[in-house]
Amino acid sequence: MSAQDHAGHDHTHGGAAHGSLKGYLIGFVLSVILTAIPFWLVMDGVIDNKQATAVIVMAFAAVQIIVHMVFFLHMTPASEGGWSMLALIFTVILVVIVLSGSLWVMYHLNANMMPGLHEMRQMP
Amino acid sequence: MTSTAITAGAEPVFHLEEEHAHAEGGSTMLGFWLYLMSDCLIFAMLFAAFGVLGGNYAAGPAPKDLFDLGLVAVNTTMLLLSSITYGFAMLTMDKGRVGETQSWLAVTMLFGLAFLSIELYEFAHMIHEGATPQRSAFLSSFFTLVGTHGLHVTFGIVWMVTLMVQVARHGLIEANRRRLMCLSMFWHFLDVVWIGVFTFVYLMGTLR
Repeated sequence: MSAQDHAGHDHTHGGAAHGSLKGYLIGFVLSVILTAIPFWLVMDGVIDNKQATAVIVMAFAAVQIIVHMVFFLHMTPASEGGWSMLALIFTVILVVIVLSGSLWVMYHLNANMMPGLHEMRQMP
Repeated sequence: MTSTAITAGAEPVFHLEEEHAHAEGGSTMLGFWLYLMSDCLIFAMLFAAFGVLGGNYAAGPAPKDLFDLGLVAVNTTMLLLSSITYGFAMLTMDKGRVGETQSWLAVTMLFGLAFLSIELYEFAHMIHEGATPQRSAFLSSFFTLVGTHGLHVTFGIVWMVTLMVQVARHGLIEANRRRLMCLSMFWHFLDVVWIGVFTFVYLMGTLR
């Protein structure tokens, strides 16, 4: 088989598009910005309200994950005939259920069964 | 699909439909993506465990006492740089340049090793200060989550060395291209997991 054969063959699979130099560079610059801002916010304590900082940091992480998916992992709704996207959506749903379910249930368990401060001090 | 023809008194006959040919490796990418998604679930469980236990210090050290965010920022930079250099390796692979692909892979590997060294230094430092995995539930879940990610990076580097040997021996044949594309997905996936780690473990832990 010739090199062109390989190229044509790869192309028909479509799923593993390789992206372009421009795509990788855009992804890189975006992810550097999206990483630097949360670190700056936390390290320098720019916002006094910790909860607000946490929400902003999480929002940056969510955006950065999408940036990586698009520019580095080359996810498109059409890759592998839509099956990768379907698997991804299924996984995201499971992850959301696992994370929010665990945190929610365990928070309430903690809140209801937390020993009083007095007992806490006597613990080793 | 099978079709059956049953005539009275005769044994049922099954006709197997002819299966059309599948090109070798035609479904590898999807299969590998499914593996990554199941790996993602492992990390989701570990994140959930850390989310639940991350505040249980057992009167031991808290994230604020342990984490050096400057070091974590350097570590994150290493992983980000390794992601873009792997991207360059893929681009040169597309053009069929063996030498350049190998050099970009080597650069990626060096960034990966730098990441691991910094992480191991951080772990050693913590353990030296008495913050061992046995110290508290927070530290157990921390070491499990971050350690699992570090182990993935380690195996990614082992895989990368293997592929560099393969490419050196056989060149950029189709099988090697397919393997490099799988490793590319694996490597970028680890970077995505690291976004979760530095956000939820390090940044949010310091805020706590």
